[in-house]
Amino acid sequence: MAAVDIPAKHDMAHGDDHDHDHEHHQSFIRKYIFSEDHKTIARQYLFSGIFWAFLGGALSLIFRLQLGFPKMDMTFLKPILGKWIQEGKLDPEFYLALVTMHGTIMVFFVLTAGLSGTFSNFLIPLQIGARDMASGFLNMLSYWFFFLSSVIMLTSLFIETGPAAGGWTVYPPLSALPQALNGSGMGMTMWLVAMAFFIVSSLLGSINYITTVINLRTRGMSFSRLPLTIWAFFLTAVIGVLSFPVLFSAALLLIFDRSFGTSFYLSEIYIGGEALHYVGGSPLLYQHLFWFLGHPEVYIVLLPALGITSEIIATNSRKPIFGYRAMIGSMMAITVLSFVVWAHHMFVSGLNPFLGSIFMFLTLIIAVPSAVKAFNYITTLWRGNIVFTTGMLFSIGLVSVFISGGLTGIALGNSAIDIQLHDTYFVVAHFHLVMGSASFFGLMAGVYHWFPKMFGRMMDDKLGAIHFWGTFIGVYLVFFPMHYMGIAGFPRRYYSFTGFEVWKELYLDLTGFITIAAGFTALFQVLFLYNFIHSIFRGRRAPQNPWRSNTLEWTAPINPGHGNWVGEIPSVYRWPYDYSKPGAKEDFIPQHIPLWETPESNLSHEIEPGAVGSGGEKVAMDRQGDIEAPTIVNNKEEKGRIDVADSDKKE
Amino acid sequence: MTSIILGVGVVLIVVILAMIFRVQSLISMVRGTPTTRETTSNKVNAVMWMVFLVLGTIGAVWSSIVAAEYFLPEASSPHGRKTDDLFWITMGITGAVFFATHVLLFYFPWRYQFRENRKASYYPDNNKLEVIWTVVPAIVLTLLVLSGWKVWRDITTEAPEDAVVVELIGQQFQWEIRYPGDKHAVIGKSRPELGAFDFRLIDANNIVGIDYTDENSFDDFMAREIHIPKNRPVLLKIRAKDVLHSVFLPHFRVKMDAVPGMPTNFWFVADKSTEEMRAELNNPEFNYELACTEVCGRGHFSMRKILIVEDEAEYNKWVAAQTPWLSRNRGYLSKVPDNLREKALRVIGPEEGPSSTDSVPAEDAASVPAPEAKKTVKMVSNPGASVEKPKTAQ
Repeated sequence: MAAVDIPAKHDMAHGDDHDHDHEHHQSFIRKYIFSEDHKTIARQYLFSGIFWAFLGGALSLIFRLQLGFPKMDMTFLKPILGKWIQEGKLDPEFYLALVTMHGTIMVFFVLTAGLSGTFSNFLIPLQIGARDMASGFLNMLSYWFFFLSSVIMLTSLFIETGPAAGGWTVYPPLSALPQALNGSGMGMTMWLVAMAFFIVSSLLGSINYITTVINLRTRGMSFSRLPLTIWAFFLTAVIGVLSFPVLFSAALLLIFDRSFGTSFYLSEIYIGGEALHYVGGSPLLYQHLFWFLGHPEVYIVLLPALGITSEIIATNSRKPIFGYRAMIGSMMAITVLSFVVWAHHMFVSGLNPFLGSIFMFLTLIIAVPSAVKAFNYITTLWRGNIVFTTGMLFSIGLVSVFISGGLTGIALGNSAIDIQLHDTYFVVAHFHLVMGSASFFGLMAGVYHWFPKMFGRMMDDKLGAIHFWGTFIGVYLVFFPMHYMGIAGFPRRYYSFTGFEVWKELYLDLTGFITIAAGFTALFQVLFLYNFIHSIFRGRRAPQNPWRSNTLEWTAPINPGHGNWVGEIPSVYRWPYDYSKPGAKEDFIPQHIPLWETPESNLSHEIEPGAVGSGGEKVAMDRQGDIEAPTIVNNKEEKGRIDVADSDKKE
Repeated sequence: MTSIILGVGVVLIVVILAMIFRVQSLISMVRGTPTTRETTSNKVNAVMWMVFLVLGTIGAVWSSIVAAEYFLPEASSPHGRKTDDLFWITMGITGAVFFATHVLLFYFPWRYQFRENRKASYYPDNNKLEVIWTVVPAIVLTLLVLSGWKVWRDITTEAPEDAVVVELIGQQFQWEIRYPGDKHAVIGKSRPELGAFDFRLIDANNIVGIDYTDENSFDDFMAREIHIPKNRPVLLKIRAKDVLHSVFLPHFRVKMDAVPGMPTNFWFVADKSTEEMRAELNNPEFNYELACTEVCGRGHFSMRKILIVEDEAEYNKWVAAQTPWLSRNRGYLSKVPDNLREKALRVIGPEEGPSSTDSVPAEDAASVPAPEAKKTVKMVSNPGASVEKPKTAQ
């Protein structure tokens, strides 16, 4: 690994200079648009993600107006929505389109691309000590495929027949038959094409993340010293590589059914006054393929958020993350189990009930590693010395919504209970908390925490705190009451409930309340946007290590250039969670500080050569190799360190 | 007008907030970076967790007590009461965990907020604890799964042989209802059986595609609302004509997708008649309802049917009063194979006046003051016509 990382000291120094010079000559287009620098690409993902988040949120506000105030005159939206407002009423089909696009945008464009795309790109090289991703070119392609996908998806919002409207899961036959739904015409075609490009983007990204984590770690950065963020991004990428191709095939078969007359998903359909030619297909096949991605996708959006949270909670509790190995183990268990629970979305789809039983068992198993993670977070807070940075606030908030939403999953994962709750607001409440809000909180925590590294300036922490508390309270006000509606049986994706005796009189004030709470929450996001943009240009200049964090990215220059570190990449001598170590002068010891510089705080197993634990063997060898400690800033002298590489290879 | 005022108000508030922020950030710039992390804002945030915990608990308890009135509409099936029990047991356990974890999660930040004179404990792991909180949830979950699995298994067993069969056919945007009829003895069968169907046989009148080459079809009749007997197993045979739909009977805890090309089913027992529920809920207007819970297009929210549970005697009377679809649509006798035509005529009896395509008896229609969904789907008195109506989606 070291061989890839640093081929030879001589070339390295040379390379740096070269990089340095290069940067000045880079044209604007190569530097900011078609950039191969992982940090620029990360920022591109972040800006795109924020754009999509506001758009997706705005769509939800429109349909919340319809749900909360069904009698409302919506003529004032006519300038934006045009013919989708008829006589002051929202078109019921456009309502479905809004729901569909809100889901698609939030799940894929915000919480997959915006979260993973931003932080995997930004943090993997910086935290493992690499100059860039394994392939900067593929990384650039990844962003621009995503951009292309975004353009197509965005365009579909404006076409005459409207965007896809069959729900974000776009189940056929509804999504396959334009005669069944306007949105299943051109809008659906664009949805599929956009998703195909999105998948290409995601795969290029994931392959890069995996390769980089495996091959480009700096000296001493063994897997057992990786920050949990990197573990999370790594496992997320593994899930993505294994599951997104299945969605691709699902989409491809759907394209065939729609355009080339095949019958993969369609069978025995009579619509619009004629019997169609399709026979032998199965709509359930699509559901299986979709959820084979769809469920891992939940973890694709959630794991990076959990990784970010682990890092931030440890840093700001000034305490090692509790159960580092258990955390990794849980994430690995989640990674594996996420592939064997998909059919719990299909308990009442006509699936064989025996399979239903199997998937119920598997589903509830996955609750165990999730519970372990939650307990570990809480224990990390215990007897900490907690600094409430905005990132920390969002991280604790994440743990809260993760628990709240996760617990209702235990009810839903039970197929007998799911009969009543399936496709009701209970499900909506569940996944908006555990997946939507938790990942969103992770995204926000990450933005606040790594903003100084991204832009060299600090975001305002008072505005941040207001943003957090408004969002945290708002999210609970919106989603907590939805459980009540779900328990009362309210089906999701309903334009209105007035048609049914059982629901039409119920919770009229509650639906309005939820809508108001959603608007309230949205206002605080505007505050975030202001803080974000303002701080990029006018924020306080960031110090070298604003959160006194141990991870490697804070050893890079405040505004890292292309190549991240000037001169040599620091080596790593310890795990990333040496916070408040007994005997240490400060309450943190960064990863690049060698053990021999901290004799006062070393634990017994850290000094004896050959001791098991956190790499005692390597420490001993490091010692022989490195007489001088590498410092944060470039250490120009050549040091014969090649021998260290051998010890690392054994890992 | 109101919106303009609101808009101006919002803008003003934003401007004021921006000013406050500007002043505040200028002040903080003058003060410089704080030398301690034990700041006022750190204390405020620490206290906020406790405030949130207290107010949140009050809010959650109060609101769920208020909302509980409508939780899980009164169950009218034995299996429904079992799943309700499971649900409340699960909610009880998860609710306790929810509360306990949140108390800790919000108490710790307050209790262990930053103090300059304190150092956090270096406490990286404890295998015993990890094992405990792996094993305990695993055991609890196993118990929950096992109890759920037992109920699920019972619900999804094969329907008893004597179950009353009702066919529900989903289409955009209404349900069609077909019964096997009660003239099975005429064709020498011991039990009522639904006739075969084929989607290619669907036309403007035969809207569910009844196949008249099957003798079981002869006495099949269509209904405008679902009637089922009390305390007898009812087997719903479910299919869809166009896209996915889903049968949802909230009071019976019944839900099953309707899938084109793949008939599904769900059986249950209704043990409270409509009349009994009306008395129990003190609501003379009460009716059991059928809703669609799989998004199926524009009119998804309006796919409503009424379900009536009555005593077996009343039910039998109702069935006896229905006329086979074939006897009202004698033109379809031509679809019956020659060798079965005589049988068919025996089942449907002699012609009674002018043939009508209306499959719903008049007295039945009168007994239902059904406030059907108004929006896009009008109640169609002639179900055959619904196919010919141009759909909005086209």
